[in-house]
Amino acid sequence: MSNHTLSVLVENQPGVLARIAGLISRRGFNIESLAVGPTEHAEISRMTIVVNVEDSPLEQVTKQLNKLVEVIKIVELDQEASVHRELVMVKVAATSETRGQILDVVQLFRASVVDVAADAVTVQVIGNAAKIADLLRILEPFGIRELVQSGMVAIGRGSRSISERSLRPVAVPTPPAVG
Amino acid sequence: MSEQITGAQSLVTSLEAAGVTDIFGIPGGAILPAYDPLMDSRIRHILVRHEQGAGHAAQGYAVATGRVGVCMATSGPGATNLVTPIADAHMDSVPIVAVTGQVGAASIGTDAFQEADIRGITMPITKHNFLVTDPDEIPRRIAEAFHIASTGRPGPVLVDIAKSALQAMTTFEWPAELHLPGYRPVTRPHAKQIREAGRLILESRRPVLYVGGGAIRARAAKELRQLAELTGIPVITTLMARGAFPDSHPQHFGMPGMHGTVAAVAALQKSDLIISLGARFDDRVTGTLDSFAPGAKVIHADIDPAEIGKNRHADVPIVGDVREVLLDLLVALTAEADAGHTGDYEGWVKFLEGVRDTYPLGYDKPAGSLAPQYVIERLGAIAGPDAIYTAGVGQHQMWAAHFVGYERPQRWINSGGLGTMGFAVPAAMGAQVGCPDDVVWAIDGDGCFQMTNQELATCAINKIPIKVAVINNESLGMVRQWQTLFYNERYSNTDLHSKRIPDFVKLADAYGCVGLACETPEDVDATITKAMEINDVPVVVDFRVHRDAMVWPMVAAGTSNDDIKYARDLAPQFDEDDI
Repeated sequence: MSNHTLSVLVENQPGVLARIAGLISRRGFNIESLAVGPTEHAEISRMTIVVNVEDSPLEQVTKQLNKLVEVIKIVELDQEASVHRELVMVKVAATSETRGQILDVVQLFRASVVDVAADAVTVQVIGNAAKIADLLRILEPFGIRELVQSGMVAIGRGSRSISERSLRPVAVPTPPAVG
Repeated sequence: MSEQITGAQSLVTSLEAAGVTDIFGIPGGAILPAYDPLMDSRIRHILVRHEQGAGHAAQGYAVATGRVGVCMATSGPGATNLVTPIADAHMDSVPIVAVTGQVGAASIGTDAFQEADIRGITMPITKHNFLVTDPDEIPRRIAEAFHIASTGRPGPVLVDIAKSALQAMTTFEWPAELHLPGYRPVTRPHAKQIREAGRLILESRRPVLYVGGGAIRARAAKELRQLAELTGIPVITTLMARGAFPDSHPQHFGMPGMHGTVAAVAALQKSDLIISLGARFDDRVTGTLDSFAPGAKVIHADIDPAEIGKNRHADVPIVGDVREVLLDLLVALTAEADAGHTGDYEGWVKFLEGVRDTYPLGYDKPAGSLAPQYVIERLGAIAGPDAIYTAGVGQHQMWAAHFVGYERPQRWINSGGLGTMGFAVPAAMGAQVGCPDDVVWAIDGDGCFQMTNQELATCAINKIPIKVAVINNESLGMVRQWQTLFYNERYSNTDLHSKRIPDFVKLADAYGCVGLACETPEDVDATITKAMEINDVPVVVDFRVHRDAMVWPMVAAGTSNDDIKYARDLAPQFDEDDI
């Protein structure tokens, strides 16, 4: 099994998140990470879903997702051909002795301090999964008091856009014959 | 049009604009505003006795007519009573639209009286669903619901409308186009895949046309017959496809599956090329997947891309409407035939004919009792292939699938995927409303019949003269059969005592129907003929059959198709050299 990152363009409608999460769980998959947000089109939201599955069940779940009326497009983002980022904020226990060491780690990882208290420092870092794991490994001995992590967001490299051309209206419906 | 009307009026006008002529439903608090303008509409509303009946009636109506069936219910329990038929329609790709009332928008989420999140509840069992709280949205959502239900792979769509939206003032405007950027079903097959399929068909020596319910929904019976006769390829029709190809046709080898004919199961197991048309390799057809049709390549044509390769790898996947696929294959293979290229299937057809002759469908007729299969066989012979037959689920359903004899599509209506007991009577009611000039027989079991027979009242009052054949073996027969075979004849909770209670003849009489009973083979024809002569009220016939009849052949659950039994402890022998 391996992690796959799906970019899913959906209509910005109430209930669409429940529909997608329900479908993935119903078909027996676990969501590793999920992020939802607006896009350059007001009517479209974009979800980045990371699932841990084999290739063939992934194809099945992708096809099932595609059947959802509110799902406009699904693209699997290859690790090599796309940029993946997530954001973590971590509250690290700090004393007058350790604060300096923590700040060194922050610099080393090009992270930033977003809040300071007498006995804690809150560190924010943006990166891919590996960078975040490394940072947390190093901060762990200082004492992690609280941690919050965003879902992964990802975008393909290069100039192509996956959201172009996705808002054409459907052909005029033919109402069923009366009588 | 800028005239101010209520949301409820807008709903009724929208349903009229969508072409609705009949609705099955029950009013209640939240949907009540809609029932007032419905009274003045040209739409016929049939007041059923239970919402489940409304849903199955909409299904029967949809399958028999090919049009979208419509059911209506109020919020909470009204809506949850529709869950079974909606799930059933989802499994069997039946186009229905369910309109439900919801509590007022301000009360949603407060555990209000008769509140249930029916949109959330039905998300996994609808093709799509809507919650409407803005009255201006009503026409667009109704138009979208009918479009989605009836196009692509058909299915159920639920429109849940808040009472506040039904009561509010709005204007009616039927949409000129729909904005569904995520819904573009592919119906035209890809030319390259058709070429590849044609090549495999000509190369194969043991091909079989494995026809599923998609052929019925796509109205592809004519094209299927043309392709079969052009190529000479054997045909098998699944439970959902009975009638897509005439049972009397010499190329037809019957129904495959757990209770399929030996010839149909052999046609899959020994095949070198399965041409799947609107079928989905259901577990009841394949048996254990790892030993299913081990030597076969697969051409899988389906309008739903998610079905292709789901259970069995497809060598040639074709996404498209079955009828369009058949038309393209006809063009391709006719051109090949004109150029002198045809397949050689003679040995294969001969082999299957041998299997069919050696292991025909049959049954025992124990002396002094009535065989259920005989009743159904006579019913099919007397009512004929133009009648519509519905069934519940269980032994009687399998016998009805085998012994009626189907020649036309949309004449056999049953619950395949979900296996819903109680389907027959309300489905027959819906079919009869859709096809008032046709004879409609519900072939039901005594267990099934007791789940939904309250709709006899609906039928009697609304002059919907269905005919019901209760195959009364006073037990949950299929479960009892499994107990006989797999549970050492320990009959736990399968004895219904229905030859004693209730008295079905009296029950029919109480419901304003004609009740008849039949206990001996000698009386079967006369009883059916008598029932056929009554066309003003529903008829219920209590066929009191012997209880130990079993459905054969059988592939036991969880075993391989290769282990099919023709009868108890009797495995067919195939001479492989004959192929």
